[in-house]
Amino acid sequence: MDVVWFLVLSAFIFVIGAAGVIVRRDPLVILLCLELMLNAGNLALIAFARMHGGQAGQVFALIVMVIAACEVVIGLGIIVAMYRNRLQIDVDEMTELRG
Amino acid sequence: MSATDYGWLVLAFPLAGLLVTSFGWRVLPGRLPGWIASAAIGLAFLAAIGALVQIQDLPADQRSLVDSAWTYAATADLRVDMAIFVDPLSVFMCLVVSGVSFLIHVYSVAYMGGDRGYARYFAYLNYFVFSMLLLVLAANFVILIIGWAFVGAASYLLISFWYRRGTATYAGIKAFVMNVIGDVGLVIATFLLLNETGTVNFRQVFEHAPDVFATDDVTLVFACLLILVGAFAKSAQLPLHTWLPDAMEGPTPVSALIHAATMVTAGVYLIARTHPLFELAPTAADISAVIGTATLLFAATVALVVTDLKRIIAYSTISQIGYMVLGVSVAAYSAGLFHLMTHAFFKALLFMGAGSVIGAMSGIQNIDRMGGFRRAMPFTFVTFTCGALALAAFPLTSGFFSKDEVLAFTLNRGGGFVVLGIVGYVAAALTGFYAFRMVFRVFYGDPVPEARELEDGHLAHHDAANPMTGEAEDTDVGFPGPEHAIAERSWPMKAAMGPLALLALVAGVVQIPGVSDVIENFLEPTFEDSRFRDTAPSEGAEVIGLVVGGLISIAAITVAFTVYLRRRGITLEWRDRFPAVHRFLEHKWYFDELYDAVFVRPAATAGSFGRRVVETDFVQGFIVGGATGIVRVGTSFARAIQTGFLRGYALLLLLGLAALGLYFLIASS
Repeated sequence: MDVVWFLVLSAFIFVIGAAGVIVRRDPLVILLCLELMLNAGNLALIAFARMHGGQAGQVFALIVMVIAACEVVIGLGIIVAMYRNRLQIDVDEMTELRG
Repeated sequence: MSATDYGWLVLAFPLAGLLVTSFGWRVLPGRLPGWIASAAIGLAFLAAIGALVQIQDLPADQRSLVDSAWTYAATADLRVDMAIFVDPLSVFMCLVVSGVSFLIHVYSVAYMGGDRGYARYFAYLNYFVFSMLLLVLAANFVILIIGWAFVGAASYLLISFWYRRGTATYAGIKAFVMNVIGDVGLVIATFLLLNETGTVNFRQVFEHAPDVFATDDVTLVFACLLILVGAFAKSAQLPLHTWLPDAMEGPTPVSALIHAATMVTAGVYLIARTHPLFELAPTAADISAVIGTATLLFAATVALVVTDLKRIIAYSTISQIGYMVLGVSVAAYSAGLFHLMTHAFFKALLFMGAGSVIGAMSGIQNIDRMGGFRRAMPFTFVTFTCGALALAAFPLTSGFFSKDEVLAFTLNRGGGFVVLGIVGYVAAALTGFYAFRMVFRVFYGDPVPEARELEDGHLAHHDAANPMTGEAEDTDVGFPGPEHAIAERSWPMKAAMGPLALLALVAGVVQIPGVSDVIENFLEPTFEDSRFRDTAPSEGAEVIGLVVGGLISIAAITVAFTVYLRRRGITLEWRDRFPAVHRFLEHKWYFDELYDAVFVRPAATAGSFGRRVVETDFVQGFIVGGATGIVRVGTSFARAIQTGFLRGYALLLLLGLAALGLYFLIASS
């Protein structure tokens, strides 16, 4: 199968994820969408790795997974902390960093 | 061991005592810190005796020794050694300082027994003695200034010892500020001398001075006047005297040690030490003599009306130091220092007696509340009277010989000095009067309730109150303890007051005109270069002076007896008849008010102007406000982007990424 199909699928998933990040206000869903974007990247990496026949792309994909796991831990931790402090679970309400 | 080795030991013992008591305060039980501190000073006194014995073994012309331990500071053309100067003058001062200090330490062991800050007190006291000995043993101006500043710091710490009393902390600050004025004078004087002679060592400065300076050279006079600023600030002479009466806020033994016997005489020592400079600058010496005379008269008049027992003795101290300053300024060095010694004995004794009376009054210091303690406190009465007799220069007591020797020297200088001498005799009459005003008011008359209670064998107890303001106080750390001590019931206090009473009575025998010249002969090697050696009065003149002084003293005591015992109430009549005079004296010649108007208020006005106009309007409003305004305007665009909306940032990120991707696509195709 041609590598293009994999890239097209990867681009679709990435765009869905990006659109989710921009559109949704629930931080949990935003995290899910971020995962979609990361995994779209992983798909592209593995597709290219297969095309070139090397391992570098696969190694990168593994590293991305580890980083994604860390990011989820922190993200969920922040969400739990917000919940504990009875803050609204809504990213539009968290505008403390306004300049 | 040589004399200088003993000199180092004199310094080492109080330092060791300071370290032990200050680091061991948590583990040393009960009164042990006090005894350790006393032992340290006792050993220092023994070491001073060792130095005395060693120095007397040397030929008279080799009795000034300098010993350097290490180089304290070395720069381009200047080397300052950590050096001590052991000569008859410094040995004499060491003996007086360590001897009197030892007795006052012993007294404090009992007197401060109930205080929560017991170990802290003795650490400070040892620190003071170390500093004072460093001051008198210094071989150059730099070490002298270090000791000078140290004793000022020790004085501050001990005046503010009861640090929860607002009046005590203010008094400490006042003393420190006044002393720093003196320190500055001394430092600038040292700079001037260094600039002209190229050295700070005493011996070299004195040797070079006659080559560098002509008599009454302007620079030298100026340097001497700056030295006098230092000496007068430390010795509470006009116009820098106002801190000493307030220093009575400290514990009574501190008043005895620092603010009567030792530290305040440092100025006298300094003038005596730098006498070769003052003899080259007679103008400065004359100014010093005039100020000393003015001070002794001023303080004696104020002591007539003050009602606080400790403050009477404080003004008396200012007055007596005036005599010493007069003495060393008219080249009566051995007489001035002799008076320094006898004054240390009887004034420390008077303060100790006052402390005992204040103990019996449970902290009250007002003599209007006292009376009739004669039967209740026989020991205090007898010793206090000994001190008062010596202060009043009653014939054959120690103060009689020393004070009248100073005045005899002054009169013998002739010219304008005769006026100074006559003023000295007038003040001597006032001295006898106020000395026995204390005795008659405190010990004679009808016994007050506290005295009756004591006669019944019970020590009066009032709720602790600030003697100045009458405010109630708690008795936690940083306040005078709840227990009071009187000499009758504490053997350490008796052990300290007994010897001093004896010395106050008989110490005069070391220097009786025509009979003995111990002090003068001993100090001879230090002052043999004096230009005024031949102006010393003849023995006949001295004896006439003694007779006159004795008659004045007896007359003054008789007047006090009449006024305060025979015709009681006459002082109230006088007060009502001359209210202006009384108010003038009661306000201490309005010196505090004058300084308030001249220095404090303008400074406060300038300060509030600076705060309101300079700081608030100009600095805050214009400079700071302007700078922040510029930054605020300049960054308005950058700040506007920072909306704080997470999704907005994500969109920008994605758009940027897409733009980069597009750019690379277009660029590569």
